Amino acid sequence: MTDSTPDITRSASWLASLRAGIVLIILCGGIYPFAVTSLGGLLFPHQATGSLITIDGNVVGSELVGQRFDAPGYFHGRPSAANHDPFVVSGSNYAASNPELRERVRQTSQLIADRDNIAPEAIPVDLLAASGSGIDPHISPDAARIQAARIASARGIPAEQVNELIQRYTQAPTLGVLGQPRVNVLRLNLALDGKERSD
Amino acid sequence: MNEVIIIYAVTLLLAWPLGKYIAGVFESGPGTGGGVFLPLENGLYCLFGINPQQTMSWQGYGRALLKLHLVLGLAVFGLLMAQGALFLNPDGIEGMSWDLALHTAISFLTNTNQQHYSGQAQLSYLAHTFGIVTLQVVTPAAGMAALIAIVRTLFGHQEKAPSSGSTVDVGNFYQDIIRAIVRIMLPVATIVALILASQGVPNSYEGAQTATPLDQTSGITEQTIPIGPVAPMVAIKQVGTNGGGWYGPNSSVPLENPTPVSNFVETVSIVLIPAALVFALGFITGRRRLAVMIMGVMVAMSVGLTSVTIWSENQPNAAFTELAAEGPNLEGKEVRFGATATALWGSWTTQTSNGSVNGMHDSFNPLGGMIPMIDMFINVTFGGVGVGLIGYLLFLLLAAFLGSLMIGRAPEMAGKALETREIKLVCIALLIQPLLILGFSAITVAFPTLTGHSNPGFHGLSQVIYEYTSAFANNGSGFEGLGDNSVWWNVTCAINLAIGRFIPILAPLAIAASLAAKRAAPEGRGSLSIDTPTFGLMTLAVIVMFTLLSFMPVLILGPIAETLALMS
Repeated sequence: MTDSTPDITRSASWLASLRAGIVLIILCGGIYPFAVTSLGGLLFPHQATGSLITIDGNVVGSELVGQRFDAPGYFHGRPSAANHDPFVVSGSNYAASNPELRERVRQTSQLIADRDNIAPEAIPVDLLAASGSGIDPHISPDAARIQAARIASARGIPAEQVNELIQRYTQAPTLGVLGQPRVNVLRLNLALDGKERSD
Repeated sequence: MNEVIIIYAVTLLLAWPLGKYIAGVFESGPGTGGGVFLPLENGLYCLFGINPQQTMSWQGYGRALLKLHLVLGLAVFGLLMAQGALFLNPDGIEGMSWDLALHTAISFLTNTNQQHYSGQAQLSYLAHTFGIVTLQVVTPAAGMAALIAIVRTLFGHQEKAPSSGSTVDVGNFYQDIIRAIVRIMLPVATIVALILASQGVPNSYEGAQTATPLDQTSGITEQTIPIGPVAPMVAIKQVGTNGGGWYGPNSSVPLENPTPVSNFVETVSIVLIPAALVFALGFITGRRRLAVMIMGVMVAMSVGLTSVTIWSENQPNAAFTELAAEGPNLEGKEVRFGATATALWGSWTTQTSNGSVNGMHDSFNPLGGMIPMIDMFINVTFGGVGVGLIGYLLFLLLAAFLGSLMIGRAPEMAGKALETREIKLVCIALLIQPLLILGFSAITVAFPTLTGHSNPGFHGLSQVIYEYTSAFANNGSGFEGLGDNSVWWNVTCAINLAIGRFIPILAPLAIAASLAAKRAAPEGRGSLSIDTPTFGLMTLAVIVMFTLLSFMPVLILGPIAETLALMS
């Protein structure tokens, strides 16, 4: 077989490669994603379009997209390098050795210390660190608790009521091991406004 | 910490039966699953116009592989340039520049998925699915096909002793790749995609959604939320060691990785198939002890390196000293995952050639960010689908060569003499890595206008090294602050990507064919046995020495210098 059959005929022709390429694009790039997307949309319609939260017919956001909160009567989320824009999504990509990171943390730390009347050394790290996505919808339960007094006074309600809401909206690690305890900031703020069903 | 142990255990426990299944799939005849999948496969062969029974020499096999890649590469390149004028583009996204399209096409064609763009804003649904997803399914299958061909040839039992000078057949490329796609990649990806869909990964062709944010005093009056057929892409990017995500910051984005459960599934998916292939090697060759030994070395390397990253990321970020409560480094990380799960992912994604991320490696502490670089220098801890184990076999050959010399025998592996031709090919395949990574880094650093680094000092150098390392390793992760969408970065990375993919596939294929053509000496008491713990340690030592000798100097100039500077 060595000398009678040249290698080239035992490979595949250009035409076969071209046909294979076209068929594979249709199979892997067309049929596979279309089938999964259709099935996923059928089985999980709420998740399929971005887990949107609709109140009185208005879309107020997504459970999976953090929003920017500035008003003193709302819980504030994490710093964002993308200004909480899901079309821009980005982390800061600052190295630990970058002086600009130190400066940003100093300013945020000062701001929170003044706003929530707390010592800088008591501010939970997640409130000072920019998230990877720029739209992290969660903060740690500690980061929510240090904001409770401010929110209570801005809204003229007892602090216990705010703390009780934090408690109710804290999600524990799945099965006790996967992930971290966390609070969804948008849902917690909707609950403050009385717009969220408790669950 | 329990989370890490559970993820390791679940991955290895799933890899065993999957490996057995994979071995069955590639048996001659209909193979495992043939009853279900053969009609579809025969239809595909018919559409291709090929005969799957016709075996190929290694050159023919390699040519078939390259030709298919060239066809797909050109198609995707054209698609990326023209997407603005085509359909399935509800968000009105424009075509790419030539250099970005070139880099993107080659990046996905080489199973790398290095992205110099942000998917949610720069790719239409058409380009994402027909372009990117196609390559994310086909390229790991091509790697798997090449591995199977090499293993079959290297360890296969030749029915008749080949006459000297004859060529050896390694199999049929199309049969191997189609079985990999139809029986392995697509079914596994579909299962993963549906789990992810249940957790909140979008599945829609509707186009971006609009929301009116709650706090109107924040100055943001409208929020545009990009969605799409995201779940099928995220699934295949995880299981196929691809890594290129729908959204720019990859699986740190809650729409791409919504919950700790999705994070668990995506993390397991990173290592699942690369680990399963090691077990498959044992089932295919009947050398179970060899497979266990290889797995032992890989797990040892993995646990050792991953521990360092987890330790490092649980240390505070130096920039937060006295400005925050004591806590782990959360810059660039998500609250729902925390530092440990992010460090585990960062380590696994670089030990395989996956390259997806669930946190920003650029913002890891310096030592935490060094480990992904070391992982990519080694690149055979588990490695990419198919190519990781192929790379390990190269080190195995080198260790067998050195080991034979150490015990005073003529170099051999599995009874076949290792001679000049094989060792030359091994050296080319191994040495081209430091040559390209360090060479291109040196040139780039010598012209500061080219670097595009965003962080000052030692870390700026790390950003450049990381990018070329990631390109050559076909990983695709990055120190993403780097301004890498320039003609220089796009073109030079494309060169690294292509050489880093195809030389390490074709050279071992040639070696396997060359060895198979030799008459085997019977394995006796004096021959080197490659499935002992001693030989496993020998291979590990060769890998560590090779990596340290090649890359220790740049590690000292980059992350180690940065660590020392922060300590002082």
